[in-house]
Amino acid sequence: MSAEHLHAGEPAHMINDPSGTGSPWRLPSQRKAGMICLIVTESALFTIFVVAYLFYMGRSLNGPYPGEVLEFPWLGSIALFSSSATIFLAEIMLRRVNRFGFLLWWGLTIALGAYFIYFTGTEWMHLIYGKNLTISTNVFGSTFYALVGLHLSHVFIGLFLLSTVWLLTLLGKIPQDHHEHIEMVSWYWHFVDAIWLVVVTVVYFISVRY
Amino acid sequence: MSDTIVDENFKAPEPERVGEERGSFTRIAQELVFTVDHKKLGLMYIGSGLLFFVVAGLMATMMRMQLAFPNGKLLEPDVFNRLFTMHGTAMVFLVGMPIIFGFANYLIPLMIGTRDMAFPRLNAFGFWVFFFSGLLLYFSYLAGPGLYAAGSAPDVGWFAYSPLTAKAFSRGHSTDYWTLSLLMGGIGSIATAINIIVTTLCLRCKGMTLGRLPLFVWMFLVVAFLVIIAMPPLSACQIMLILDRYLDAKFFDTQAGGSAVLWQHFFWIFGHPEVYILMLPGFAVASEVIPVFSRKPIFGYPIMVAATLMIAFISLSVWAHHMFTVGMTSLGNTFFAISTMIIAIPTGIKIFNWLGTMYGGKIRFDLPMIFCIGFLFQFLIAGLTGVMLSVAPFDWQLSDSYFVVAHFHYVLIGGLLYTIFAGIYYWYPKAFGRMPSKKLGHWHFWLFTIGFHLTFGPQHIAGILGMPRRIFTYEEGRGWEVWNLLSSIGVLIQIPGILCFVINLIYSYFKGKKSGDDPWDAWTLEWSTTSPPPEYNFANLPEVKSRRPLWDLKHPEDPDWKFE
Repeated sequence: MSAEHLHAGEPAHMINDPSGTGSPWRLPSQRKAGMICLIVTESALFTIFVVAYLFYMGRSLNGPYPGEVLEFPWLGSIALFSSSATIFLAEIMLRRVNRFGFLLWWGLTIALGAYFIYFTGTEWMHLIYGKNLTISTNVFGSTFYALVGLHLSHVFIGLFLLSTVWLLTLLGKIPQDHHEHIEMVSWYWHFVDAIWLVVVTVVYFISVRY
Repeated sequence: MSDTIVDENFKAPEPERVGEERGSFTRIAQELVFTVDHKKLGLMYIGSGLLFFVVAGLMATMMRMQLAFPNGKLLEPDVFNRLFTMHGTAMVFLVGMPIIFGFANYLIPLMIGTRDMAFPRLNAFGFWVFFFSGLLLYFSYLAGPGLYAAGSAPDVGWFAYSPLTAKAFSRGHSTDYWTLSLLMGGIGSIATAINIIVTTLCLRCKGMTLGRLPLFVWMFLVVAFLVIIAMPPLSACQIMLILDRYLDAKFFDTQAGGSAVLWQHFFWIFGHPEVYILMLPGFAVASEVIPVFSRKPIFGYPIMVAATLMIAFISLSVWAHHMFTVGMTSLGNTFFAISTMIIAIPTGIKIFNWLGTMYGGKIRFDLPMIFCIGFLFQFLIAGLTGVMLSVAPFDWQLSDSYFVVAHFHYVLIGGLLYTIFAGIYYWYPKAFGRMPSKKLGHWHFWLFTIGFHLTFGPQHIAGILGMPRRIFTYEEGRGWEVWNLLSSIGVLIQIPGILCFVINLIYSYFKGKKSGDDPWDAWTLEWSTTSPPPEYNFANLPEVKSRRPLWDLKHPEDPDWKFE
């Protein structure tokens, strides 16, 4: 087996088959295992910030309190959640070897992610300048900006990965059979979305009672 | 010995280096910086870990000299605070972690029959991040004062309880260096742990099912899982602390509704699994060394794996036993006391399995084995004092006393360090092709063992007599004098022991007896390669049929796989 073979998206388990007999010794894909580990470790990180947020609910000694200043981020959430659907469609296009369709849906995903960042930016502007809530105002401010900001930083990273894939595809640098690399980026993006579900529930549904 | 029996197919020819000036400084430096080879990185991990070990050990020596007599005048109190903080932090993050990762890096690909880790560049990244995080921590001695001319190295203790770390109480940059160093080191550890998991799951050679993995690899797989779950809480702590110190956030600011106890919870959610992250690799080495030197397969392989998984699982729910004196509810105290006691069960199972392996075996008292036997005795003592401390009322009396110091030094030195020594002596011939000197090794063992018990045995008694930890001196007439003096004398016996060890490593590299490929007549795949192994490990990837592939090769008339 030549080196080019290995680079052309040969399944990981074939590396363990130097004789090339193709016997049924199958091992999990390295990329998938690696991405699952990354998601597990990131989940542990988010868990601590979510626990901190829940622990500090109602413990602020001075306002503004969540119930006074937070408005449900409808548009941002809709944008982010629907980006999970568009990236799913992009993957279908990829499997059908429809390059234009892939670029379209993938590009739409990027646009929705970018809109989410814009939306959060305006929300924070409003909170900071309109409601005088900063990270040092009270424990609500500290935990709010830390948790939402941690998620936002992940959206940034996801957006960077998405844009890289989009640009490289546009330039034709990604061969059509590199499915798994691109699938991993979409796993990460789905993960970022799933985290937003948790964050939005904790921050905008539960904590606005305080 | 019997290395001629090893199948030639497993071996690879020695790589020939033509036209290279070997040994020149730039050549070596270039190789170290650019390498992504798991064996080189593994040795670099262990080497830099040992370097930090010597530094942090000298810090401990200074503290012991200060405490040898009452009213010691050697060190100022603030210097003493910095010493115990740096000693603890360095020993956990810059000695324990890199050395275990070094073992994992060097051995896992060889043991599972593959050519490198799954992500070699990530591997190099993990090493360099760790290495620079270590330098960053020590750089605080120079740069800690910052513009405020206050503080120097961190002096907040290795678990840095809030509010000591708040801007008001920890001026200057010392705590910032501590925080950033741990945050960086955590990233490196997670990267390496992910690499270990993926390598183990996805790169096993043909026939190496999970049921045939060497126990060493199994335990490191579990350790890596613990790292990716337990390290992020530490990183989260550090992020919150940085936000508190730089952006005036209120996480740990009790005057603004923040909670100092939350830091303790978050820190120990990391901190207790960390104890097992450090201890399980010790178990891993013992599980390889004891069978080989008892000439018997490991007793109760599936139970060993199950016990490892149990330890990992339970270790995630015992953290608050570090906090009995904080004033939790009775329910909380009871839960954490019971879960701590329960974790002694799988640990006990392991000790019985090692004893079961030795029972009836033809034991060879070579260097690795005597260190493992020392480990068994000392770790038993550590476990017993651990169960004592898990009883909350007992802990109320002895928490933060020298009894606790003695307990965890029996765990980390008597348990972990002894198995690290055993592992280094065991795999030294594999890595360098030379046998470590037996005579120096025996001197090392006896000096260090006598010194170790003399240092930490009396600390149990000093603790029961009420001596708190982290005091820089004490007055006469409390009954602590003799125990402290004995303890300090013990250090002076340990030092020549460590010196023998270091000299042995260097001396044997140049002058040691040639070892051959399989000097211990062992059974796992790493011994089927040349010593040192070629860069690609195996010319043809092996195929295994049992848990002891080399036994099968050496004894074709009586292979293991017939009985599995």
